[in-house]
Amino acid sequence: MKRFALAAALVVLATVPLWVGSTYYVNIASQILFYAVFALAVNVLAGYAGLVSLGHAGLFGIAAYAAAKIMTSGHGHLAVAAGALAVTLAAAAVFAVLALRGTGLGFVMITVALGQIVWGVAYRWISLTNGDNGITISGRPSPFGLSLASPRGFYWATLAVFLLAVASMAVFVASPFGASVRGTRDQPRRMNALGYHVWMIRFLAFVLSGFWTGVAGLLYLYYNQFVSPQAVTLTASAEALLMVISGGTATLLGPITGAALVVVMKNVASAYIERWNFVLGAIFVAIVVFMPEGLVPGVARLVRRSPLR
Amino acid sequence: MTTALAVRNLRKSFGGLQVTSSVNLLVEAGERRLIIGPNGAGKTTLFNLITGEIPPDAGSIALFERDITRVPSRRRTHLGIGRTYQIITLFPRETLLRNVTLSLLGLSPRRWNPIVRLDRQASLVRDAHEVLARLGLEALADRPVAETSYGERRRVEIAMALAQKPRVLLLDEPFAGLSLEERRDVLRLVTGIPRDVTIVMIEHDMDVALDFAERITVLHFGEVVVEGTRAEVVAHPRTREIYLGE
Repeated sequence: MKRFALAAALVVLATVPLWVGSTYYVNIASQILFYAVFALAVNVLAGYAGLVSLGHAGLFGIAAYAAAKIMTSGHGHLAVAAGALAVTLAAAAVFAVLALRGTGLGFVMITVALGQIVWGVAYRWISLTNGDNGITISGRPSPFGLSLASPRGFYWATLAVFLLAVASMAVFVASPFGASVRGTRDQPRRMNALGYHVWMIRFLAFVLSGFWTGVAGLLYLYYNQFVSPQAVTLTASAEALLMVISGGTATLLGPITGAALVVVMKNVASAYIERWNFVLGAIFVAIVVFMPEGLVPGVARLVRRSPLR
Repeated sequence: MTTALAVRNLRKSFGGLQVTSSVNLLVEAGERRLIIGPNGAGKTTLFNLITGEIPPDAGSIALFERDITRVPSRRRTHLGIGRTYQIITLFPRETLLRNVTLSLLGLSPRRWNPIVRLDRQASLVRDAHEVLARLGLEALADRPVAETSYGERRRVEIAMALAQKPRVLLLDEPFAGLSLEERRDVLRLVTGIPRDVTIVMIEHDMDVALDFAERITVLHFGEVVVEGTRAEVVAHPRTREIYLGE
């Protein structure tokens, strides 16, 4: 049953551009996928490691800006991807060393500060980032001869990356290291007494999260072909966290569902409802009240309790 | 006779409060040592100092004649110190099997592996089942800790410590909160631990603990006030003064 559902989901995802018709909706689907990668990355920390980051848009933006700078300096797409990811990994390591000076509220506040520093640099260091005007790039890559210039091509490439992210998360969660990360969330003191290096486990979890955040940032840049300080605001970090919390922390499907909810509300519902922010807020409040564990675990709970089951 | 644990002139203060003052403790290999004392005597603090969870202000700690005073807490576990907690510290969302597996994994280089599946690590899972069977918990292996009784959780605490095959095992009030029958079960379990494991136990339940101990150390206001065999400690006027106010 599980395998059948997985195969059906894969078929549906792979054929989205064939049945949604409009290019607009294909683009929305691409956005859902790369924001889902971003949410999955935030979930590594917030869900599995119990470390709530409100500065991940900073890493997301660092990837996008680094890629844009490398590309505008005339390098090819391979150098762009490798360079942007290397810069993001280095930044994630620095973020981790600083943020892991604290846990709980201390960790949250340090990540907020780091995210705001990135925003400040993006906004004010005009010679580097072009300030409020942002950086525009031209052209998307064509890996293995497949052009990503069209919405369909870009969707399929994003889907491939998304599936890779989901698979890597599934492997990580089931692995000894994944169990160690969850252990440091639930009983850090006990984990230390059992011989685990709690700080190092959290550091590596942060870097892993930073890597997938960088991948999402890179996809964001290629999707928009533009990056501005808007991508690194505190609101962007909060949005990613809300994707995770609304969908369900420490689950694979939760962040994906949350990303879909936020992207659809921002792009689709906003076309019909002027006060779409109010509606999104109301949805979040309803989730917190009725399904505090998030949409995916909440629905699973309702299904388990259903008399029809 | 080899000294398993040697604590010398250990001191620790929290602000102006001296919780451990010049504690000396020598425990021979294979010995069963009981540490008693009223609430606030500094018993758990002494365990926390020995395991390295808190650093001492002065003094030294040696494990089988190796100075571990500056060794990080997690490394001491790798060197052979195991412990249980007075307040049960398990992973409530996980099953008993996963709790014990996590304990085994703590000493294995495999804990860093992000690629393989933990539940397919046959040797770890087999060893975890063996430990659970030894403690009479095998039937509950797949049950989440949150769905077990308090007495079962106490046994899981001990299972997790024993799984790591410690050379020195520190038991912090292993009978706390247990019924009389459960205490007997846990005592049987603890007395059944082989002699290659040195045991230091903190316990308030004197009836049960005195049966177990070969030597007893009485702590009071962070100081060792009496030390000796059962008979010596029970007969000592300071023990009677501390416990009975005579």
